[in-house]
Amino acid sequence: MNITRRDFLKLAGVAGVRVAAAGAPASALASVEEFEGNPNRYGVLVDTTLCIGHNCRRCEFACAKENELPTPDKPPEDASVFDNRRRTHADQFTVVNRFPGKSPDAPIYAKKQCMHCDEPACASACLVGAFSKSETGAVEYDASVCIGCRYCMVACPFEIPTYEYDSALHPRVRKCTFCLESRLKEHKPPACVEACPREVMTFGKREDLVKVARQKIARHPDLYVDHIYGEHEAGGTSWMYLSKVPFDEIGFRTDVGKRPYPELTRNYLSAAPLVMAIWPTFFLSVYLFTKRKEQLAKEENGSGNNNHEKEHA
Amino acid sequence: MAVPTQLTPNAPAHDFVRDKIFLGRTPREYFLSLLTPGHAIAAIIILVGLYVSFERFTKGMGAISNLTDANPWGIWIGIDVLCGVALAAGGFITGVIFHLFGMKEYRPLVRPAILTGFLGYALVVFGLMYDLGRPWRLPYPMVWSWGTSSVMFEVGWCVALYLFCQFIEFWPPLLEWLGAKKLRAMAVRLTLGATVMAVVLSTLHQSSLGALFLLMPAKLHPLWYSMYLPVFFLISAVSGGIGMIIFESTLSHRYFKLQTQHMSHRDLDNLTLGLAKGGAMVLYMYFWLKIIGVAHEHQWSLLWDGWGMWWWTEVIGFILAPAFLFLFAVRRHNAFYARVAAVWTVLGLILNRLNVSVITLNYNATERYVPHWKEVAVTVMIITIGVLIFKFIVNRMPILVAHPDYAADEH
Repeated sequence: MNITRRDFLKLAGVAGVRVAAAGAPASALASVEEFEGNPNRYGVLVDTTLCIGHNCRRCEFACAKENELPTPDKPPEDASVFDNRRRTHADQFTVVNRFPGKSPDAPIYAKKQCMHCDEPACASACLVGAFSKSETGAVEYDASVCIGCRYCMVACPFEIPTYEYDSALHPRVRKCTFCLESRLKEHKPPACVEACPREVMTFGKREDLVKVARQKIARHPDLYVDHIYGEHEAGGTSWMYLSKVPFDEIGFRTDVGKRPYPELTRNYLSAAPLVMAIWPTFFLSVYLFTKRKEQLAKEENGSGNNNHEKEHA
Repeated sequence: MAVPTQLTPNAPAHDFVRDKIFLGRTPREYFLSLLTPGHAIAAIIILVGLYVSFERFTKGMGAISNLTDANPWGIWIGIDVLCGVALAAGGFITGVIFHLFGMKEYRPLVRPAILTGFLGYALVVFGLMYDLGRPWRLPYPMVWSWGTSSVMFEVGWCVALYLFCQFIEFWPPLLEWLGAKKLRAMAVRLTLGATVMAVVLSTLHQSSLGALFLLMPAKLHPLWYSMYLPVFFLISAVSGGIGMIIFESTLSHRYFKLQTQHMSHRDLDNLTLGLAKGGAMVLYMYFWLKIIGVAHEHQWSLLWDGWGMWWWTEVIGFILAPAFLFLFAVRRHNAFYARVAAVWTVLGLILNRLNVSVITLNYNATERYVPHWKEVAVTVMIITIGVLIFKFIVNRMPILVAHPDYAADEH
């Protein structure tokens, strides 16, 4: 059967994300439970302590250019862009937000984009399998099968996917692509990373980035809280963050938990075949039991009439 | 005359349209008979709905809704889909009571409930035409793009198959109306299988609709998020379905006097009180399940703020209270109280679905959703169309009244 690895991942859905580990697994179950993801998948480490935000936002502009999106409304020097907390939209895949730091003259800036989960909630939510975790690390979206139910948007714990509500006939879900087609497949960093003048973002293999992050925290315990956001959040994400202050103070959800989101519905889904197997037998038994009682009652009355039974045969 | 003219069997072929569609009148007489205040209101609702639909399919759903990136689901999911499916549960419930449990006295309620269920689900699919970004792709998850890890996939498949099941269950009255005796006899033989399938599929998709929200542990208020959501949705669909059977049969008895005259008020009262017993039991069980949900997650401390009060409002005010009223109605042998409790239960179900899908979802977000009037216009139009189709069919097919040719039959 001619089936590429990527097709297989799509087909097998969530379980597939974990299957297909390198090396021969001891059993089918072991392969599902123990697969840690592609060891070479890429990630980005964002060090929010380095971001200058105001008068920059070059990541936003680079992203718009790379993905052929409209140029962000407000120019880099316009500080009013930070007055409201922004989120991603169909025409903007990444946004920089400002948060009050420890002192008023030292605000903290944090860039927001798709976290590229190792086991994405959007992929487990999608009824047509439009989302898949690429072996490069990117979470891909295939607009050609999307029916537009927007369950992915409701499910995403990071509130990332957006929708083209103003398109009557061809609305798509839109989100950061990790520059998969234009860059990542050629092992190049995404446009935003390359555009950053302060090297806020480090591109590399996720495994290595976790080590880099740990070293940074160990060397400068005064500069960082002891937490790599994304290392374990929602089962781990390809994009990870370092911060000087607790993450809930710079707009990150700290209530997403460490469990991969697909696990939240896995048990429920596995109950469905049981219902399909047990319910017909159970209810037909009830039916036969009722029929038998009726028949016995009839025989007792001495009026054995078979017409009704024929209707139900 | 007990039976309306359109039910007269074996009409000559050239009278088919006049007989079957125009209720035995000339077209002119028929259209004049449609000029009633009720139809005028319905016409206005549908005209507004058509205008909004035009906007939807030319400018996109952004033009007619308050749906945003932060609030991707609104009342089209909350009311049209979640309430629509749950309140159409009466179809499978009467199927179980009548065909499987053998409670033959409920026969007069079976066909109306199946018709309500069938129409309910058909309208859910119709409503999805507005909420889905590309509704013409609805067959995709059925045909070649399978997202097997998705609860929504299960919902989609079960609803599609169930719609088919209900269609089969709807064949007997349809074929009786058309006078196709042989086909009808064949269709009747499928009823038992369809009923069993209906139970299986209903169990699956009613609970799946609750399971959809298992993916939102951080967004849904913890008092409404529970690992038991699938069970809550299934059980409350049963109570809501029972409520709807009572509500619908009450209205039918009132507004379709010709078709329901064979059934005395006392007979209907007895059936209503029988259902009330079931309603009381199911609601009481549902109440304890909701308590277990809180106990299981140790969320007692959440019950005393504003959201906690809102939770009590739902659980005491719209689950336990109608349960007691049902019980009171049975004790007093008073069908009126049972009918009040039925409407109360239905309102409670609507409240619950809106709580889960709209009101407490994103409870901690800055941007909250309030429906646009055009979203409401679409929903009201869909319900109106449902009522009109129900009326059209009931006036023609043997739904509330048994067809004279098959009166002695058990279906």
